[in-house]
Amino acid sequence: MPKLTIDGMEVTVEPGTSIIQAAEQLGIEVPRFCYHDKLSVPANCRMCLVEVEKSPKPVASCAMPCADGMNVFTKSPLAQKARKGVMEMLLVNHPLDCPICDQGGECDLQDQAVAYGFDRSRYREEKRAVKDKELGPLVKTVMTRCIHCTRCVRFGDEIAGVDDMGVLNRGEHLEIGTYVEQMVNSELSGNLIDVCPVGALTSKPYAFTARPWELRKVDSLDVFDAVGSNIRIDTRGGAVMRIQPRLNEEVNEEWISDKVRFSWDGLKQGRLDTPYVRKDGKLQPASWGEAFGAIADRIAGLSGQKMAAVVGDTADCEAIVALKDLMTALGCNAFECRTDGAQFDTAVPAGWLFNTTIAGLEDADAILLVGTNPRTEAALVNARIRKTWLAKRIKIGLIGAQCDLNYPVKYLGAGAETLEELAAGKGAFAEVLKGAKNPVIILGMGALRRADGMAIHALARKVAETYNMVREDWNGFNLLHTAASRVGALMLGFTGGNLEKMPSAQMLYLLDCDDVPADKIGKDTFVIYQGHHGDKAAARADVILPGAAYTEKNATYVNTEGRVQTARQAVFPPGEAREDWKIIRALSELLAKTLPYDDIVQVRARLAAVNPAFAEVNQPLKAEWKPFGAEGKADKAPFAVAVENFYQTDSVTRASKTMAACTASFVANATPAKTGT
Amino acid sequence: MSFLDQTARGFLMTELVKGFTLTLKYMFKPKVTINYPFEKGPISPRFRGEHALRRYPNGEERCIACKLCEAICPAQAITIEAEPRDDGSRRTTRYDIDMTKCIYCGLCQEACPVDAIVEGPNFEFATETREELYYNKQKLLDNGDRWEAQIAANLEADAPYR
Repeated sequence: MPKLTIDGMEVTVEPGTSIIQAAEQLGIEVPRFCYHDKLSVPANCRMCLVEVEKSPKPVASCAMPCADGMNVFTKSPLAQKARKGVMEMLLVNHPLDCPICDQGGECDLQDQAVAYGFDRSRYREEKRAVKDKELGPLVKTVMTRCIHCTRCVRFGDEIAGVDDMGVLNRGEHLEIGTYVEQMVNSELSGNLIDVCPVGALTSKPYAFTARPWELRKVDSLDVFDAVGSNIRIDTRGGAVMRIQPRLNEEVNEEWISDKVRFSWDGLKQGRLDTPYVRKDGKLQPASWGEAFGAIADRIAGLSGQKMAAVVGDTADCEAIVALKDLMTALGCNAFECRTDGAQFDTAVPAGWLFNTTIAGLEDADAILLVGTNPRTEAALVNARIRKTWLAKRIKIGLIGAQCDLNYPVKYLGAGAETLEELAAGKGAFAEVLKGAKNPVIILGMGALRRADGMAIHALARKVAETYNMVREDWNGFNLLHTAASRVGALMLGFTGGNLEKMPSAQMLYLLDCDDVPADKIGKDTFVIYQGHHGDKAAARADVILPGAAYTEKNATYVNTEGRVQTARQAVFPPGEAREDWKIIRALSELLAKTLPYDDIVQVRARLAAVNPAFAEVNQPLKAEWKPFGAEGKADKAPFAVAVENFYQTDSVTRASKTMAACTASFVANATPAKTGT
Repeated sequence: MSFLDQTARGFLMTELVKGFTLTLKYMFKPKVTINYPFEKGPISPRFRGEHALRRYPNGEERCIACKLCEAICPAQAITIEAEPRDDGSRRTTRYDIDMTKCIYCGLCQEACPVDAIVEGPNFEFATETREELYYNKQKLLDNGDRWEAQIAANLEADAPYR
């Protein structure tokens, strides 16, 4: 353990720690551009120069490991002079266009030029100009502003796994670009905007619309996949202006997927802002009283046995528990959350959780993917798998549809047969799993959305048990969900109703649920739709209750690990729309089944009463291993693809123009779309 | 003594004569008042009057929607919204100044990196209703067009001292 002195303060650090990290531990700020703690260290910006005693020259602190007895000065005249020189050289070719640059106000170069630079320029010659690159519908480039830190290149190579970007030419002619003009086809490309320390890469949808100092920042959560990425919602004047990642090492580190970052424009399109009631076959705007009245009239005298309730992919736990309490009070017992038709054993939590945890994947040394494409289903789980592969070159096997993953995968087979073979200890990947210390199986929805899902579930359990994946100190069995509401609903027991029986129900309550197939809704069924977008299901509804989108409510979500997290309200719902649990609470009063909670604190107390796990915020759920699934004959049909289009998976993303542009660019046609040339 | 003095002055009316003399003197001096609506007093090139948004000589509006004036405005009188124009340049879609809030401090023109928003020499913009004092972008640009010659001359005159 080297012990060194930085600015007169002593610190003992792990071997291999760089000086910049040691300084960070002491709270000493060392300016930097190219150094990023999640990326490799190229030491090419030279901004982090510090003075080290007995060293003849200043030292790049990001690349210099700490040694015992080192004496470092970060604020000495030598270090300051070196930084001033570096800053002056960086600014030689940097345009003075801060007023029209979107990075202005949150720019590393701007801040550090003020803190460490000269107050004027001595450069009188021509500045160079670089042609902008076309990187697709999300990332805008102004390459003249680039200071060649190569963070974007390293991000592409290391995190996103798309080596599209690179450094071309040398010296004065050096440029960052794609070698052949093409778009950056990665589900994580939005993070390029965050890693860029200057305004060379900025957000295209957000371009010029707001300044960082005008924005109100609210901590929230993403609901477009089951990862539960931590996000920060930036709002201005009651409108969401952009979405940024929030650091959570356990879940999303500091990345978010493009769907999370850019789908906010869907929140402003196609919203339900007033209740609707179907009169004479047509949906007509109504007041809350009329809408509730229509429901009360219709279900008066209706037996609870003839009712059913379904929650969709983005519902929050408060609304789910309120709906379950209300429907139970009405005598209903048909609840379902698996709107995609997935079949698996819901009785044993260990069977439907991501037991290894996302961060835990870093300890894995062999991964078996079954019926899943983590890149589209959970981009940040995929990033974690890639990180593990990059660090340890682990072996990864895939059973299911062939897909383009950004790490080498051994393709084992298309369907249940291969899984059966593996469960019997045979097959090419069996040796790898046997030899692994911490093997992992990730079972996706592609393998479970079929009639024999229970058998596949049991088969996967058998594989886990055969290869000793579940031990005291390690649980390698994982179910990767695709819906943000799914695990929360399962924890609240909002399941067990059979989707096949739904058509016979007299009354169907859909909460944020757009993906129930039309043939699952009976012709004469009275459908209540509570949600925020006029999407697929709203057109079929008899009464529409306008709810709040995820940015508009204080809500609890549980991610695929069983991690309970809370999101805070950033803006108000439009028009007459209200928070979802409040709508259900108000309806319950009219139906004379008043729910016993009046505020969010009481609802959360109720959540914790139903399942004590809800009291443990931000902890992955620990579940006891028990047998699950049902033995049975597995069909030979190949596993399906769970997410066809990464960019459009729910009502918000379907309403988003940016996501439609991404679909057109990256999904609809496999060949590269038209670029700038 | 003082009694005699006072009485003599009283009888001789010296104070009155002195006063009238001064009045008479000013009757032959040039007038200091001006006939306001027809004549106007001189103003400094730095005078901070009604706002205007300027254009470049080729007709392109100067404002680039950097929002620095909005940020610095101590009275929060300025509201700006921006988006990319069809040619990709950064422009305002809305530039409003609430002249009833404005305190005419001149910080907006100090903050402006392109000399777009200026406080011109016009001080005669009183209105009959408050609504007329909520200036929008068009009004400000029209002001700029109307006063450009004088604003440009003022900026030039003041340039050596900046």
